[in-house]
Amino acid sequence: MTPPTDQDLIDFVLRETRLIDQHRFGEWLDLFADDGVYWMPLEWGQTDPRMTASLMYEDKLLLKIRVERLKGNRTFSQKPKSRCHHLLQTPQIEKRDDGANQYVTWTPMHYVETRLDRQDIYAAWATHTLAVIDGGLKIKLKRVDIVNCDAAFGNIQLFM
Amino acid sequence: MARYRGDVEAVKALVRETEVHRDVYIDEEVFALEMEHVFGNTWVYVGHDSQVANPGDYFGTTIGTQPVLMVRHSDGTVRVLHNRCPHKGTRITTETYGNTGKFFRCPYHAWSFRTDGSLLAIPLREGYDNTGLEQSHAAQGMSAVRHVHNYRGFVFAKLNDTGPSFDEFFGESLSSFDNLIDRSPVGRLEVAGGVLRYMHDCNWKMLVENQTDTCHPMIAHASSAGTAIDVWKNAPAGAKKPMAVEIFAPFMSSYEFFEKMGIKVWPNGHGYTGVHHSIHSDYSAIPGYFEKMVEAYGEKRAKAILGENRHNTVYFPNLMIKGPIQLIRVFKPLAADKTLVESWTFRLVGAPDVLLERTLVYNRLINAPTSVVGHDDLEMYERAQEGLHVDANQWVNIQRLYDASEVPDATAVTNGTTEWQMRNQFRAWSKFMTMSM
Repeated sequence: MTPPTDQDLIDFVLRETRLIDQHRFGEWLDLFADDGVYWMPLEWGQTDPRMTASLMYEDKLLLKIRVERLKGNRTFSQKPKSRCHHLLQTPQIEKRDDGANQYVTWTPMHYVETRLDRQDIYAAWATHTLAVIDGGLKIKLKRVDIVNCDAAFGNIQLFM
Repeated sequence: MARYRGDVEAVKALVRETEVHRDVYIDEEVFALEMEHVFGNTWVYVGHDSQVANPGDYFGTTIGTQPVLMVRHSDGTVRVLHNRCPHKGTRITTETYGNTGKFFRCPYHAWSFRTDGSLLAIPLREGYDNTGLEQSHAAQGMSAVRHVHNYRGFVFAKLNDTGPSFDEFFGESLSSFDNLIDRSPVGRLEVAGGVLRYMHDCNWKMLVENQTDTCHPMIAHASSAGTAIDVWKNAPAGAKKPMAVEIFAPFMSSYEFFEKMGIKVWPNGHGYTGVHHSIHSDYSAIPGYFEKMVEAYGEKRAKAILGENRHNTVYFPNLMIKGPIQLIRVFKPLAADKTLVESWTFRLVGAPDVLLERTLVYNRLINAPTSVVGHDDLEMYERAQEGLHVDANQWVNIQRLYDASEVPDATAVTNGTTEWQMRNQFRAWSKFMTMSM
């Protein structure tokens, strides 16, 4: 099997956020490996997701609960629905290890989430740890570090 | 034009036996009076003494809207100081945590203060010779809060000289703190894991009331907890139920479950849900923990401590604590329509780490700005904050299971779906709001 090119990794990250922006959450969820995790630390430079609080540290089951909830008829915090927009810098290849099947990209971004008349903007860095599984790239870990991760936020309802 | 200031009757008229006027939630003048009176005459939670373990350690927070510093004085006691320089008003510290050594030093003109707030030195002091500085406000140093009480590590302060003593204010309600603390085999807690800070565009009292509102979970949280149950139904047979599902699922318990769990009210606006059982009753046992508790307390007492499964204990005015999950929530008022919710977690010293891990999972799933359960609740508070501006009906109803024989400041156990605890809070609100007017 041919290892992914740098451009494959970049395209994957771009498509991943595009699926979120277009509310294609089912397809988005399929990008995660079965043991994939979405992590949004609470602390600056956080290393431990277990004994330190995080904003999100979710396996595929928890992500699926979110995705199903967004569709629910009794999900009142989504009436009307939130919308979001990612503005990415070109993802940079942080690490590629074909032998270990591990690829890491680093992507600075601005994320906007809106609902009704309210618009919130966040600046963050996304770090994707990817692997080739069954012939395609999958997310082992998506880590989102918000610049002001320790600030008091209102609702963040979608996915950065 | 002031409608409430100095008018005890007008303030009292806001709270009736079974309803309260919307101005208690939306009126900025009422809010300002709350900060002076409700947050002045009661014992308000400041912080935990593990946050200031060593002399010189400080922690910056607020009492109502007043910025204060909790600091470990050189004599080992915990003091609470107003966070401003007596000279020009400069905030002495802006970092949440730090160690100031033997004294605070203002970064503007280098006036310095001992860790009990008293004035230590002023550069070029002779400039004040024969000016009568001794009689000035400035000579008092950083004003210390006079009424501070450390209850087994939990530090409270009362800003005003009016209001009850600590013991009179809390009375028997301290049993919820005891149960939380006794869950440590050595009877000691430590703040751990970080604080979740969640901004709410609503009045602080909506959050406090929600803590004992047992008729909302199965409705408002159907979207989150209900979906969690549905998704888990498709899990492969025999899969181990994850901690997250164990935490979400009980939110969908029946009315009957919540009715039978019971609510207890105490004087001065305190009370709790989960007298007989609670949504925390059926969590999995943590390996090795019970043995440590038996070793520390003996089997009978260990069982009694762990057999308590109190759900939410409200301490009037703005604190909620949980025992079975070691977390507390502080509802910090910022404006009539703005509240900062801080959710703090604790390590049970001497107990297995998995307990803190579970507490952190709970906090993240339920209390974070990214929490689906949090989204469910905040949506309701914000809708209420808007809806209350409707002029056609200016009253909020708190009548459920009201009994005309109900008296203020009672101690009673009752049906778990009562709104008595909300009435209890408002009776306390009325009392503390007007006692120094």
